[in-house]
Amino acid sequence: MLNVIWLFLIVSAVIYGGARGQVNEVTAAAMASGRSAVDLVLGLTGVLCLWMGLMKIAEKSGLVHLIARALAPLTARLFPEIPRDHPVLGAIVLNVSANLLGLGNAATPFGLKAMAGLSELAEDKAVASKSMITFMALVTQSVTLVPASLIALRLASGAANPMDIVGPSVFASLCGTAATLMANSAMARRHARRRK
Amino acid sequence: MAVINLLAQWLLPVILAGIPLYGYLKGVKVYETFIEGAEEGLAIALRIFPFVLAIFMAVGMFRTSGLFDLLARAISPFTTLFHIPADVIPVVLLRPLSGSATLGLVGEVMKTHGADAFVSRLAAVVQGSSDTTFFVLTLYFGSVGVRDPRYALPVGLIGDAVGFIAAILVCGWIFG
Repeated sequence: MLNVIWLFLIVSAVIYGGARGQVNEVTAAAMASGRSAVDLVLGLTGVLCLWMGLMKIAEKSGLVHLIARALAPLTARLFPEIPRDHPVLGAIVLNVSANLLGLGNAATPFGLKAMAGLSELAEDKAVASKSMITFMALVTQSVTLVPASLIALRLASGAANPMDIVGPSVFASLCGTAATLMANSAMARRHARRRK
Repeated sequence: MAVINLLAQWLLPVILAGIPLYGYLKGVKVYETFIEGAEEGLAIALRIFPFVLAIFMAVGMFRTSGLFDLLARAISPFTTLFHIPADVIPVVLLRPLSGSATLGLVGEVMKTHGADAFVSRLAAVVQGSSDTTFFVLTLYFGSVGVRDPRYALPVGLIGDAVGFIAAILVCGWIFG
């Protein structure tokens, strides 16, 4: 699926851009993307390493384990196939809470750490496991209580009350989360049947 | 507000100092352990770079070619049918692909219509209530070398679609 989407975006851009006489701009955009990717990943690397360092301490001291166990009743329902006190559950909980607080920079390292843990538990490393997909559903539909950059943008644009979008956005977000979790369990069941 | 600000201000520093302190009290060699973890971070950054590049390249080319605007215009007759403002469509379409580009679009909508117009608020709610599904999937799966995401993309996109419909309904109700 990713192969087809990626190929479509590139090939159609060259054909359509070329037909409109914009072929130079399309080429320039491709080259510029190299720079943006470096900017993003390099910009992320420092903070990523910082949180991974802290995370390692939290892991070795048993803190992650503690958090995992405290929220086990909840996570056990979402991830029945993961052992109840596995540290990967701690990383998942930390990722979700960081997203909730709008700490995107902290959320990504926790999330990648959780993915590494889920990968260790997976039978086939090249294929997304059931728990990985459930986790991705949680990450992509995460609820943000403090969308900091959005509030800043609204403030800069002269909104009377920059915070007034938070309530509706949390509500819409919760609807998305509920829908995604339902779709996830329905599709997981369908895939499990197909495998048998 | 003041309490929330104070909490937000102190949350990170408390975590930054608290984790190493807890580790030290539990007998962890905090400095060496931090270095060890940071090294792992470096490895992850290297691993995710090609995936970020691939997405940026495709999205950048697609937007510049003008296909993106064409797509937004092509579906606008359907969206006006449901009283969805035309200017919010590019925001919805771009959201799963790129967070910063979407934020830029929301900024443009606010500049054109004013920050407190219905379109602007709807655009902001769409941005705030969803995530860069496509980007996040490539990044996270890429970081552990998963090549077959199975049903992860449809699951995420269903959530985005429902979140968008909910955003329209709740905005119509509160701001309409």
